[in-house]
Amino acid sequence: MRVGVLALQGAFIEHEKMLESLGAETFEIRQRRDIDQSMDAIVLPGGESTVMGKLLNELDLMNPVRDFIKSGMPVFGTCAGLILLAEKIYDDKAVHIGTMNITARRNAYGRQLGSFNAKEEFKGIGEIPMAFIRAPYIEEIGEKAEVLAVCEGKIVAARQDKQLVTAFHPELTDDISVHKYFLEEICR
Amino acid sequence: MANNRYELNKELAQMLKGGVIMDVTTPEQAKIAEEAGACAVMALERIPADIRAAGGVARMSDPKMIKGIQEAVSIPVMAKCRIGHFAEAQILQAIEIDYIDESEVLSPADDKYHIDKTKFDVPFVCGAKDLGEALRRISEGASMIRTKGEPGTGDVVQAVRHMRMMQGEIRRLSSMSEDELYQAAKDLQVDYQLVKYVAENKKLPVVNFAAGGVATPADAALMMQLGAEGVFVGSGIFKSGNPAKRAAAIVKAVTNFNDYKMLAELSEDLGEAMVGINEQEIQLLMAERGK
Repeated sequence: MRVGVLALQGAFIEHEKMLESLGAETFEIRQRRDIDQSMDAIVLPGGESTVMGKLLNELDLMNPVRDFIKSGMPVFGTCAGLILLAEKIYDDKAVHIGTMNITARRNAYGRQLGSFNAKEEFKGIGEIPMAFIRAPYIEEIGEKAEVLAVCEGKIVAARQDKQLVTAFHPELTDDISVHKYFLEEICR
Repeated sequence: MANNRYELNKELAQMLKGGVIMDVTTPEQAKIAEEAGACAVMALERIPADIRAAGGVARMSDPKMIKGIQEAVSIPVMAKCRIGHFAEAQILQAIEIDYIDESEVLSPADDKYHIDKTKFDVPFVCGAKDLGEALRRISEGASMIRTKGEPGTGDVVQAVRHMRMMQGEIRRLSSMSEDELYQAAKDLQVDYQLVKYVAENKKLPVVNFAAGGVATPADAALMMQLGAEGVFVGSGIFKSGNPAKRAAAIVKAVTNFNDYKMLAELSEDLGEAMVGINEQEIQLLMAERGK
């Protein structure tokens, strides 16, 4: 299993470490030529979605990445990655990759003082720790997507075919279960 | 589940990695920075070059001005308080700033004590010239470190010196035996556990950015190759001929800091860089403030 981790900005190294601890091979996607190598799945990390969206376009990565996902390549987006995959962003005209039938609300919990830890049920895994950092949540979910986790009444994880998104950061905790779920359930 | 503020604050810094944090003085500049790909902005009334030129006491910015910038952008907004000025920090926390920079660029309010940052819920970034300073700031509660550079000069020499010093000391610690580490902790005037962490992990326990004097894509790439996890750009952008273009080029240079061909393209036709002043030409070494 070779996973390309989008490494334009943000916490991509944390994903690489976690995936490697589960036996996957990883490489960084920083520019167009990086996606010419063989790749079984993509990870879109946390960071600033405005930065990643802009660089995806300007480095000619947006269309090829969208095409990979549309043709069924498994993808896992955390936080900013969720925003990149959303078909719609609440109160914002921007759409980035836009392949997932959800509406994301950016900075949904406010500024850094609103960042928090939680422990909630994740469908198919059980209770897991969740770190929300200036996090989004899923404002609305379309019928093509399925809710996987809810925190304080808000949708914070979902899947749609081979696309998995979390508003929180499993890569920042010691809990490997969501990455394991991605490799074993989504990438299967 | 109880919130672990310090962990959450370190984690916000992790989200900023691989990015460029830009100094801005108006909502318009903040928007230009966000559109150019800044991962955060530093709101301040005067950029360091102007603080240096104006002289006098430099203080925290007007909260109203900072709020204007918070309104203008969706990315994190940082602001500076004076070294040791915990009341300024309390005010910045009250307006829900995303990160406080306890900064040597402003006039120090306390020549002995830094702010006890463990008392705050918002995160702090602090400057450091060497590993000892970095670890002392971390033990006071800083959740992010940056080099002190020499702000407002457009001269990268000090940022390079600080980054090399820190990385060299980290390499030295990681080759020491355990009994040597106890002595190192005494020499650095920091807790043994912190020294042990650095020796074992070959890095600081928090994110480490470059700051001070970065003015070109090449400067940014230099700092990244020397081990910075991201870059602060102060006067370098809005003191240059074409801020939007230069800002965007520096953002891309940080992402692809090892692609020399791309760096060559990014360095083309950026208009005039800030004129800058050489280290030897300046009277006031801000990096010497707060140790």
